[in-house]
Amino acid sequence: MSQAETVLRVEQITKKFGDLVANDAISFSLGKGKVLSLLGENGAGKTTLMNIIFGHYTADGGHIEVFGKQLDARSPAEAIGLGVGMVHQHFTLGDNLTVLENIILGTESFRSHRQDIKGALAKLDQLSEEFGLAINPNALVKDLTVGEKQRVEILKALFRGARILILDEPTAVLTPQESEQLFDTLRDMVSRGLSVIFISHKLNEVMSIADDIAVLRHGKLVAAFPIEDASKELIAEKMVGEAIDPPKREPLAIGATVLGLSDISVQDEEGVSLLKNVSLDVHRHEIIGMAGVSGNGQKPLSDLISGTLSPQNGTFTLAGEKIEKFDPHLMVEKGVGRVPEDRHHEGVVGDFSVEENLVLENYRSPQFSTRGWLKASAIKEHANKLIRMFDIRGAAPETTVRGLSGGNMQKVILARILENEPDLILANQPTRGLDVGAATFVHEQLLKARSRGAGILLISEDLEELMAVSDRIVVMYHGQLSNPMQVEDVSVQQLGLLMSGEGFASPESEESAHVA
Amino acid sequence: MLLEPRKHTPLWMTISAPIIAVVIVLILCGGLIAWAGAPLLDSYIALFVGAFGSKFALAETFVRATPLILTGLAAAVAFRAKLWNIGGEGQLYMGALATTYFGTGLITLPPALMIPFLFIVGAIAGGLLLLVPALLKTRLKVDEVVTTLLLNFVVLLLANYLLFGPWKDPLAMGWPQGAPVIDEGILPNLVAKTRLHAGLIFSLVAALFIWLLMTKTKWGLEIRAVGNNQDAARFAGISINKTIIRTALISGGLAACAGVTEVAGTKEYLTLDISPGFGYTGIAVAMLAGLNPLAVIISALFIAGIFNGADSMSRAMDVSNYIADVITAASLLLVMLSVMLTRMRIRWN
Repeated sequence: MSQAETVLRVEQITKKFGDLVANDAISFSLGKGKVLSLLGENGAGKTTLMNIIFGHYTADGGHIEVFGKQLDARSPAEAIGLGVGMVHQHFTLGDNLTVLENIILGTESFRSHRQDIKGALAKLDQLSEEFGLAINPNALVKDLTVGEKQRVEILKALFRGARILILDEPTAVLTPQESEQLFDTLRDMVSRGLSVIFISHKLNEVMSIADDIAVLRHGKLVAAFPIEDASKELIAEKMVGEAIDPPKREPLAIGATVLGLSDISVQDEEGVSLLKNVSLDVHRHEIIGMAGVSGNGQKPLSDLISGTLSPQNGTFTLAGEKIEKFDPHLMVEKGVGRVPEDRHHEGVVGDFSVEENLVLENYRSPQFSTRGWLKASAIKEHANKLIRMFDIRGAAPETTVRGLSGGNMQKVILARILENEPDLILANQPTRGLDVGAATFVHEQLLKARSRGAGILLISEDLEELMAVSDRIVVMYHGQLSNPMQVEDVSVQQLGLLMSGEGFASPESEESAHVA
Repeated sequence: MLLEPRKHTPLWMTISAPIIAVVIVLILCGGLIAWAGAPLLDSYIALFVGAFGSKFALAETFVRATPLILTGLAAAVAFRAKLWNIGGEGQLYMGALATTYFGTGLITLPPALMIPFLFIVGAIAGGLLLLVPALLKTRLKVDEVVTTLLLNFVVLLLANYLLFGPWKDPLAMGWPQGAPVIDEGILPNLVAKTRLHAGLIFSLVAALFIWLLMTKTKWGLEIRAVGNNQDAARFAGISINKTIIRTALISGGLAACAGVTEVAGTKEYLTLDISPGFGYTGIAVAMLAGLNPLAVIISALFIAGIFNGADSMSRAMDVSNYIADVITAASLLLVMLSVMLTRMRIRWN
């Protein structure tokens, strides 16, 4: 590792959950003014390790030293006291409080009723100026953009005296431009002597910001080297354990239109526009990739195709047939396979077994029930078949789905829809939170469906994924859709600009710009 | 202090946990009995004998368990769908009112038809009563906890009005009670010289039937899916409203059947005290059973036994019969805690 004063030393940290070894004797150190990038697939143990350092979990073995002091880290308070700050992937801010209130929340004494607002404000101003994190302290958090909220989280950590900052997948929710801005801030911070642990699985970012790299796989530290010795290929190989070929997208002539959207508009109950005159055709044998920062209208569009939302205007056709009634069961019957954005929320019934989840959309068919009675053996046989076909690991038909990993849970959902050979597949964030192996499996399945003749709408925030598997790409911004572009004709930079609204008609009024 | 879910629960733990809980309750309540000045061991012997110790005691415990099984099933089914039916008491009285209306001479059928007829009209009355909150919930998002709870008082006041007014039995010497159920509608006695009646068999069959419904049928799958993850159920194409309405009809119907067994079986006429809160106790029965329809039988027998046993203990030992309530309440709390501890473990940091 690089020569610098060591601020954090992790030695032989081990953590077990039952039989699962989440962290196996992990040791590394972080230098002053350095960015250490912690890489690994999902489930490799990154988050567990950070939660141990930050005091959410207690390690079963090993110890941690911060600025030469032993950190027992039985609580986040102790970690914060020693100068460790963490910015979680999911923000921990109170939406109805102001920026300042969020930042001082929890720093005041329990026994005193006084608040030193003035002092806090001065300290906050000084920090924002020092690190170039401009923010209005009196703005309500709910009015901030995602990038600004992240700034508040960073300021929150700095306000508590953090000298070591842990960032858990900080760019997952940002546009490429916002990410660049974040990196500028981070570079500024390390130049002032702060140290950063940066968790990510986006290799480009890691290459641009990290000084040192540590790779975790299956709970073990498999590689640690300075950035000078690293290449993207090397890191990817260390992460996965073997070289993985990107999926091959064979050129296919597109077929008939399976999904036709024409001038679709959706407003929410308060009349705020969620989708504005959206038009799009999805054909057989093609994958349309939809890029965009989360919250720009992907959710209502996906709800529409899932049948859980009806449009106010426009026409919606499936294979030429106009759909008037929006109902999830009807969509399934019309040959739409739907992978929902949030697996846990809409995809599976957590306390149900694998076999029950696998028939959740078609238990009514005579194959699985007669006169109201379920056919237990047919359901079990069906589950056994799909578990084999889709290689759903660690699952028996009776296994409760809640206990499966994200990748295997996604396989349950994919198995459920693909088995019906749908004509249209809506895949909303199908690889979010999955490791490289599981994501590749999802891509292969989508491409297989494409070859078979399905039309696929793939909604994702991962531009690399979209560029790899899509035939055409559209960008969604504030409920509007860009023109479809052939994937060969666009660059990530162009997409990034579109994602931040460049080239879209500016919204007539401010309210209509807020999109759920 | 943290709670972590257990991966496996050993069988011995599942069996011993509620037993240990009951032992702890008896020790705790022992203090209360000693305070009241009664000998401890004799008191508990009196309790056990009063609950299960003789043919008569056993029969009384079964008589009391009969409506509790039905109201327990009503709560178990509704709570599975996260339909918070607190109105079991009102639905029970609806069943009782329907039994009185149809069963006291309006219609006369042979017993083989009359008894099923009374259960059917009772169940319809109770189902329709719960349909009102269910529709308000599905159409207007009105909280069913409030509406079902308040409907209890509406129905009870209706029963009050009817029994003090138009339905008052002129032969009851001024007591507010309904006319007796005709002989064809009386549930047959099962054991001579006891009050044990065929309502018990009905409730046991109902428990088995509900268990089959919940685990082996499409409706059961839908009810469980809606209760466990409404969004995923909707996404998969299950109609939430239809399922909730269906659940309401089943749950209300079951609770109302408890009213039928009490009027046509235990009492043979309607009074205003046919239910000492069976509708509410049914909620505790269901929770204790972990919403499992078959476990509802055991849990209802346990609560009925504690009630009857403590009641006879208080008479035999001359201690306040409020001790019965304390034992019941403490058993509920501790047994539920013990069941939770078989599923979770406590970690001390």
